[in-house]
Parts: sequence; structure tokens; C-alpha cells
Amino acid sequence: MPPENDEKAVRTRRFDFTGIFFNALLPLTGMLVALLIGAIMLLILKVNPLTAYAQMVNGAFGSVTGITQTLVKATPLLLVGLGICIAFRASVINIGGEGQIIAGALAATWFPLVFRTWPGWLLIPTTLIVGFSAGAFWGFIPGILKARLKVNEILTTVMMNAIALQLMNLLIRSVLMDPAGITAGTYLAQSERLPEQVWLTRLVPQTLLNTGSLIAVGLAVLVYIFLWRTTIGYRIRAVGFNPEAARFAGINVPFNQALSLTLAGGFAGVAGAIEVMGVQHRLLEGITSGYGFSGIVAALFGGLHPLGTIPASILFGGLLVGGDKMQRAVQVPNSLIDAILGLVVLFVVGSALWSRRWAVRRQMATAKSQEEQA
Amino acid sequence: MNDVFQLSVVAGILTSAIRLATPYLYAAIGEAFSQRSGVVNLGVDGIMLVAAYASFFIVLTTNSIWLGLLAAIVVGLLMGLLMAFVSVTLKAEQGISGIGLYMFGLGLSSLLFKTTIGTVKTVTGFQAVKIPLLGDIPVIGEIFFHHSLLVYGAFLLVPIAWWVMEKTTLGLRIKSVGQNPAAADSLGVNVDRVRYFSVCTGAILAGIAGASLSISLLNLFQDNLTAGQGFIAVALVYFGGWRPVGILWGALLFSTVNAFQLWMQVLGVKIPSDVAIMLPYLLTIAALAVAINRVRQPAALNKPFERGES
Repeated sequence: MPPENDEKAVRTRRFDFTGIFFNALLPLTGMLVALLIGAIMLLILKVNPLTAYAQMVNGAFGSVTGITQTLVKATPLLLVGLGICIAFRASVINIGGEGQIIAGALAATWFPLVFRTWPGWLLIPTTLIVGFSAGAFWGFIPGILKARLKVNEILTTVMMNAIALQLMNLLIRSVLMDPAGITAGTYLAQSERLPEQVWLTRLVPQTLLNTGSLIAVGLAVLVYIFLWRTTIGYRIRAVGFNPEAARFAGINVPFNQALSLTLAGGFAGVAGAIEVMGVQHRLLEGITSGYGFSGIVAALFGGLHPLGTIPASILFGGLLVGGDKMQRAVQVPNSLIDAILGLVVLFVVGSALWSRRWAVRRQMATAKSQEEQA
Repeated sequence: MNDVFQLSVVAGILTSAIRLATPYLYAAIGEAFSQRSGVVNLGVDGIMLVAAYASFFIVLTTNSIWLGLLAAIVVGLLMGLLMAFVSVTLKAEQGISGIGLYMFGLGLSSLLFKTTIGTVKTVTGFQAVKIPLLGDIPVIGEIFFHHSLLVYGAFLLVPIAWWVMEKTTLGLRIKSVGQNPAAADSLGVNVDRVRYFSVCTGAILAGIAGASLSISLLNLFQDNLTAGQGFIAVALVYFGGWRPVGILWGALLFSTVNAFQLWMQVLGVKIPSDVAIMLPYLLTIAALAVAINRVRQPAALNKPFERGES
């Protein structure tokens, strides 16, 4: 990742309001431009963009069901995004969210089905930890390959996605297949329903919103503390900020990169576990819903800051829910949302140039004014 | 099981392998151009998807395979310009902008497919052309010389790409820009222009790779037609050490494993298809781990160039 402006701002020992303002302004502008291009596409499809976007906003935030649904989708985005924050801050690009979600979901399905007699207070935390570990393992493999053999992590994480997908397809069609489906002869590609004590409590009756969302927010705070208040977190950021300098300072760069990729995998794994324990209550095909990719968008949009990723994931959760609503209301395939998300990524990373230049300009201005005062 | 070892089956596997290597060759050699100039384009898969859709749609409506191919080239060029603008002019982090391009391509191709075609249809694409004389050799002729023009083109691209990279001024410029942009710049090479050219060349080839799927190998289009082949093509560039010949071997290795897996399923050999589909990916990871230290990557790979920065 390009150096962060807030790092430079620290030097002036001043809370940089203009910096934060500009850093939030650029992604929002990028989003606006992406939506404008989306509007042009809608016009070509002979759909009134205002109607379509109104349906989208209405679907995502216009009702209790809509809002809860938005929060349900925001949860995995946030969790994947937290992992992305850690990885990208260490200059490691984790494209493996999809595979890590699957690994977490697979483990979090298998574990409670085996230990189904355990009470809920024991089973829920252990299942979450098992999900974290499985995702972490899926991130550890590319991590160790990068650290030891310098294998490009972008490629290995992509390959690990494909492997996880096939592994899941294999398992839910064989050992994990729902016995009810086998006796009924339907052979649905899904797992058995999880024992009820491992289900996460629903926060609003009749909706899918569950305690998983609270866990995600709690973890966001933890990741913030981890990255900015602990030595390991400091090392990880130092590695991403300037690997050469970090190496000279005696920081083990490959180790920290592998660690950050492992942690990133772990958080995606928790996302998979919560999807299974809180939303679906079983493992089925398409469990990832592309969160592994859209989580990257959320993290980038949140400025690779764990707390900034919270509002960003709610925004993109809303976009996904709104996209479904739009598909039903004006018959525009929700693939439009994927295209818009892609454009948002392009514009946000593209605008980092201005963000850097502005930061330099502001710094020079501050330095000048300090000189004058002196 | 004995069927596997019959000559006809071996010939069948090899014929499929040659065919299946086509999209990898176009996309990976294109990506090699891009990476040699210092730009990692991870959006190959997205470009392939949109180009595959565009060429399929044009062939479906006009019945002209050449117009279809042209459509793929135009799409490749446009998406290449977008990628180059973000990565070269705006100096964005390339790995992430590539993912953005991929998501954009995936969404756009699916959107267009659902709104303009809707159901899976087939077209008559590029037909197999038998090469005179060579095509008449028993077995060998069938394996190597009974393919569509796009397949021959992919294999011809290998020596052409080698010649351009190793024997021309253009190739020298591309490599110098990827190796040491500051030095190239001081010698009067326009770094940005060379990178734009390389990224767009790569994207056009990625477009042709997409077309080779939708109007030559499969003759159909569906959501996410490429299923990640563009990413594998990027991996093949590393595997092949940024050299066209290395890429050729990588592509053939990969496509042979794939063809073997497909034929095993056709013959009803009992290995779960999911395990079989997993094989090529495991192979790629293993291959990357083995190959990566053999050759040095372009020194300025993944590094945007800004004048005046060390």
C-alpha cells in the first residue's frame, strides 16, 4: 500500500482534520463517479436511473427488514475487510478472502456436527475459534510460501480460493451432505442443519440479524487496538510502510507478512463461521456471496482503518441489498452492482495519487507556517 | 482402465491439450508484455470475460467471426486503456486496481449477457482447418494440425513474442522500462508511453483469449465463462519466467493436466470431479513454489514510475 498520510501527520503531533476530510472525500467522489457510470448503463438499458437508485436506497435502508438485511451483509464485509486492513498494511495483498471464508464455514459446520452434545456456552466460542483457525490456516499457506519461497501471494491466494471451492463442493456432496436429503432422495448440495445451541441469537425477531454483527464490531475495535497500540501491530505497519527500513530496524519482514496473511485469513474464517452459525444454520453452495472480493472494496473505502471499515461495510452491505431490490423492482440484473463495485475500487486506488500529493502539500504548508512562527 | 493407455485416448488427450492451451497462451503472453514493462495487470480475467461476451454477441447477431474477433480486440484495447490510465497515469497500486478491473469485467459481462442474450445459446465460431500435407500424417496430423485459426495463432504468438522481446528496439524499450524506468527515462524513453503500449497489447491479447473461448473452443457464453483462467494465465507468467517459451511449457503442462482430467471423466474413471478440478490449482501452487526463485522478475515490477522520485 502507498504510505498513509496519517503516518506523516503524526509527526506534526496534531490531529489532522483536513487530512481526514480529504481522505474521506476522495473515496466518496469515486463512489459518486461509479454510480454516475452505473446511471449511464441504466439509461442504455432503458431504465430510469433515478427510479432504480431510489429503489436501491429504499430496499437497503427504507424498512426494518431492509436495514437488518443490510447489517447482515455488512458483517462478513467488515470481517473480511478487517483482515484486508491488516494484510494491506503489511504490504500483503490478500485476494484469498473467498477461500478463507469457505475454510471457516466448512470448519464451523463440521465441528458442531461432531460435538453436537456440547452446551451452547461452550460450543459457540469453540466453533468460532475453529472457524478462525481454519481461515487462518488457509491464509497461512500463501503466507508461509511468500515468507519462505517468495511466492507471489496474489497468485497463491487466488489458487487457494479455487481449491477451497472445490473442497467444499466435494464435501457437501459426500460426507457433509444432509442425511435428510439423502433419505428423501433430493440429494441437495447442502449440509445437515447445525444443532440449535450453536445458532447465534437473533437480535430482531423475524430477521436474520444476529449477534455475529456485534462480534464483528467488537473485533474491529480489537484490530484497531492491535494495529495501533501493540508492538506486533506496530511492526506489521512498519513492514508495510517501508520494508527496507523495517528490516534495518531488526524487524523480521517475511515473518510479519506471513503473520498478517494468517490473521487476515482468520478474520475471513470468522466471517464464514458467522454466516453458517448466525444466518444459514447450515453450509450450502454460494455461502461466500463474493464477500471475499467486496470486503476488499469495503476496507479500501474505509481507508484501511478498522474503524473506518465499519461505516464502509454498512454502505456496501446496503449496496448489495439495494441491488437485489433493484433487480426485483426494475428488472436490472444485480451484476450491475458488481460492475459498480469494480469501478469504485479503480477510482479509489486511482485517487490515492491526489491524496498523497495533497498530504505533501499540506505538510509543506504546515512546515512553512511553523518556520514563520519561529 | 486399460482404455486410458490406448493410442486413440492418448491422441485425444493431446489434441484437447493443444486446444485448451490456447486461451492461456494468448492471455499469459499478453500479460508477459505488460509485466515486462513493469505493470502487473490482474484484471486479465475481467478483460477475457467482457471480450468473450462481446465477440460472442457479435457473432450471434452478425454471423461474422471476424467481426467477433474485432469486437474482442476493441474491448481489450478499451479495458487496457482503463487499466493503463489507473496504473500508469494515476500510479495506483496495481494489484488492487487489477482486482477492480476484474470485478468490473465480471459484473459488466454478466449484466450484458443477462440483458441481451439471457439463455445459453451456441454459435458457429472458428472451424477447425486442416493444414495440407502435415494434417494427413496419421495421429500426429490429428493432434497438431486439425485446429481452428485461433489455436494456430496462439502457438505462432510464441516465436513472434520472443522475437519482439529479444530482437527489436521495441522489446528492448519495454524491458528497460520494466527493469529501470529512471535510467530509461534519462535516455529519452517515454516510460509512460511504453507502459501504455505494453498494457494495451497485453489487454488486446487477453481479449483474443476471451474470444478464443467463446467463438472457437466452446462456441457459447455463460456467466463467469472463464472461471478464473485469467488468473491462471497470470500465474503462468511467473511460472514461465516472463519468457514466451517458458510460458508455452507452462500452458501446455497446465492444459495437459486439464485435458487428462476431462478425458478421465469422459471415460468414467472413478475420481471425484472436484478433486480432478482441484489438481491444476494445486499444480500451479507447486509450480510457482518451484519456479519462482529460478528467474528474477523485472526489477520495477509493480512499481509506478514518477519522475524525480529516486
